[in-house]
Amino acid sequence: MYQYDSYDQSMVDARVAEFRGQVERRLAGDLTEDQFKPLRLKNGLYLQLHAYMLRVAVPYGTLNSRQMRMLGDIADKYDRGYGHFTTRQNIQYNWIKLEDAPDILADLASVEMHAIQTSGNCIRNTTSDQFAGAAADELVDPRPYAELLRQWSTFHPEFDYLPRKFKIAIIGSETDRAAMKLHDIGIQLVKNDAGEIGCRFYVGGGMGRTPMIAPVIGDFVSPLQMVSYAEACLRVYNRYGRRDNKYKARIKILVHEIGADEYRRQVEEEFAHILTLGLEPPAAELERIKGFFEQPGFDANASDELDLSDPDFALWVDQNVHAHKQPGYAIVNISLKPVGGIPGDATADQIRLMADLALAHSFDELRVTHAQNIVLPHVKKADLYGLWQKLDEAGLAAANLDLIGDIIACPGLDYCALANARSIPVAQKISNRFADLGRQRELGELKLKISGCINACGHHHAGHIGILGVDRKGVENYQLLLGGCEGADTSLGTITGPGFNEDGIVDAVEKATDVYLAQRAEGERFVDTYRRIGMAPFKEAIYAKEPANG
Amino acid sequence: MVEQNLRYRSDEPVSDPAVTVDAFADQNNATAVRIEPGDDARALLPHLDRIALVEVNFPAYTDGRGYSAARILREHGYAGELRAVGDVLLDQLSHMRRCGFDSFAPNQAISSEAADKAFATWPDVYQKTVDGRPAIWAKRHPA
Repeated sequence: MYQYDSYDQSMVDARVAEFRGQVERRLAGDLTEDQFKPLRLKNGLYLQLHAYMLRVAVPYGTLNSRQMRMLGDIADKYDRGYGHFTTRQNIQYNWIKLEDAPDILADLASVEMHAIQTSGNCIRNTTSDQFAGAAADELVDPRPYAELLRQWSTFHPEFDYLPRKFKIAIIGSETDRAAMKLHDIGIQLVKNDAGEIGCRFYVGGGMGRTPMIAPVIGDFVSPLQMVSYAEACLRVYNRYGRRDNKYKARIKILVHEIGADEYRRQVEEEFAHILTLGLEPPAAELERIKGFFEQPGFDANASDELDLSDPDFALWVDQNVHAHKQPGYAIVNISLKPVGGIPGDATADQIRLMADLALAHSFDELRVTHAQNIVLPHVKKADLYGLWQKLDEAGLAAANLDLIGDIIACPGLDYCALANARSIPVAQKISNRFADLGRQRELGELKLKISGCINACGHHHAGHIGILGVDRKGVENYQLLLGGCEGADTSLGTITGPGFNEDGIVDAVEKATDVYLAQRAEGERFVDTYRRIGMAPFKEAIYAKEPANG
Repeated sequence: MVEQNLRYRSDEPVSDPAVTVDAFADQNNATAVRIEPGDDARALLPHLDRIALVEVNFPAYTDGRGYSAARILREHGYAGELRAVGDVLLDQLSHMRRCGFDSFAPNQAISSEAADKAFATWPDVYQKTVDGRPAIWAKRHPA
C-alpha cells in the first residue's frame, strides 16, 4: 500500500490547519453560512436534514488496518457508533457536530487519511477495482496510476471550480468491477500487441438524470502522458462545459452536445500544447509509487485444498469468495447487507473487527467496494474457515454477494437533503421479502440498486433491477427500471411504467423475478433474460389487474 | 465598490482602461483588455507583445473559467499584469496565484496580511503550473 512521505503528510496537515481556521471564522460569525458552505464542502462536510455529514475519502478504496480501526474509533467518538460505506468507495458519518470536524480531520491525518475534495465541483476521489493486485484476470495493477491521479488532482488550482463535480475511475482488468464507463473519465489500462501498457480514456459517462455510457476518446495514451491527457480533458471541460444549468453541466452533456469526435479534436489540440509544458511527473515517480504496491510475501507452499464439509461455510465460499491470482489464496468479500439491514452500514465494533482480520489474515489490507461491501484481498485458503466463523459471530457473514439481497442504496430521505424519497426502508423490505438464501441463490446474480432521487447515487440506472424514488405531489413514489448493467456489457435500465408506493414496489420486484424464473433459458441471468425477451412480458405481469374476487 | 488592489509586481501599474476582447481586436493602441468568462483567451495570443494588463472577470467565484484563461496566457508567454477582478474571495487567492494572477481587485476588500497568509497555505504543491513552484514530484526526483 502507498505510504505518505513528508510531502504528502505536510499537505494533509496544512489542510487540517486551514479548515480549523475556517471553522473558527464560521463559529465566530466572521463567515456567513453562504460563505462557509463552499469551504466546508471542499472538505466533505455537508449540512443534511438532521446534522452535518462528513464524507471521508478512501483513495481508490484501499485501506490498511490502522486506517480502518480509526474509522471505527471516529464512529464511536464523534458519531453514533456506526459509519456508512458509499457507492464511491468512501465512508460517511451522518451525525457530526461542526465544532468536532477539525478534530476528526486531524485524527484522519494521523493515519494518512483526509476528506479532501469529497464534495464540491472539483475532481473527486479516484475509484478503482476492489480486486486490484489480487484478481486472477488482472493485466495491470491500477493502484499506482490511481495514486498518481490522486496526487495530481489534489488541490489542482485550475480545476477547483469546474461546471460540476468530476469523477474518475481506473481499472486494469478485462472485467470491469468499477462501473468505469459510467464515470466522467474512465481509464482502462490495456496492453498492445507489443506488450506495452496504454491508458484507454473513456470520457463523458455518468448517471444522474441523464445517464450516458462514455465513448472512447483516447484509445492508447502512454502511461507517461496520462496526467497530461487528463489535464487536457479537464481543461476543455472547464472552458466549455455548460454553466447555465446545473443539470446540464456534467461533462457527459458537453461530449454529447459537441460529439465525441469534436471533443476528441479539442482534447488532442490541448494535449499537444500541454505536452510542451513538462507537467507530467517523470517515470521515476511512477516507479517510486509502484514500489509501494509490490506483491505481498505470499506463501508459495500454501495449500489450495479447502474443507467444505460445513454446509453454511460452503455456501459462503461459493458466493462470497473470489479467485485469487496466487495459488492457495482467495479474495474474501464481506457483505454489509445482512437480511433487513441498511446497505453499507457497519458498526464501530464491526469496523474494528474487519481491521483486526485484515491485519491477521490479509497482509494488512482492506478494500471498500462500490457495491458498499468490504474486501479482504489476500487471504490464505487455509485461514478461510476460522475467518468465516469470526465474521459470522459479528453478523458479517451474509452469503449474498451479487444476489438480490446485496442491495445498493443511497442514504435517501432518512438523511439526505437532496432526496425525494426514502431508500433505506425499501431496501430493508426487499431484503426481508427475499430473506431466504435458497431463494436468492435460485435467482442467481441479480443486482438491485435504489436511489432516493434523480441524482442516482444509488446507481439505479445500472441495476439489473433499479428503483428510483420520486416525489409525486408530496407522496413518495417509486419507479421501477429493468435491464441496467455495469461492466463490459454496460447498459442503462428502462422504466417499466407508472410508479408504486413503498409496498407496491416490493411486490413489483417480486413479480419481475417471477417472470424471470418462468422464462429463463439455461444459464441466463436476470438481465440476460430481460435482454432476450424484452420489457413486454415483465410489464404485463407487473401491471396485471388482480382478479376481482381474489 | 471598494477600489482596492492587491498587486505583486514591481513595474508601474497601467492606467489605460481595459477594453473588451471584441473591441481590442479593432483598437491597435489599446494596452489593457478585459476577459469575461465566455471569452476565448487564445484570441489574444497574436497580440501579447502589446498588452500590459489583462483583467479576468469573475462575476461569481463559482465560475472557474478564468483560471484556465490565466494559465493559457501565461503558458504562451504573457508577462504583463494579470488581474483577477470581481467576486474574488480570500480562500481562492492561493489557487489564482498558482494559475498566474499577480494582482487582484476583489469586490470586497481583502487585507494584504490575510492575502499573504492565504498564499502561504500550502507548504508544497503537487502540480507544475505557471507560478514557478517546483512540484512535489520534482523535489522527490531532483534532476
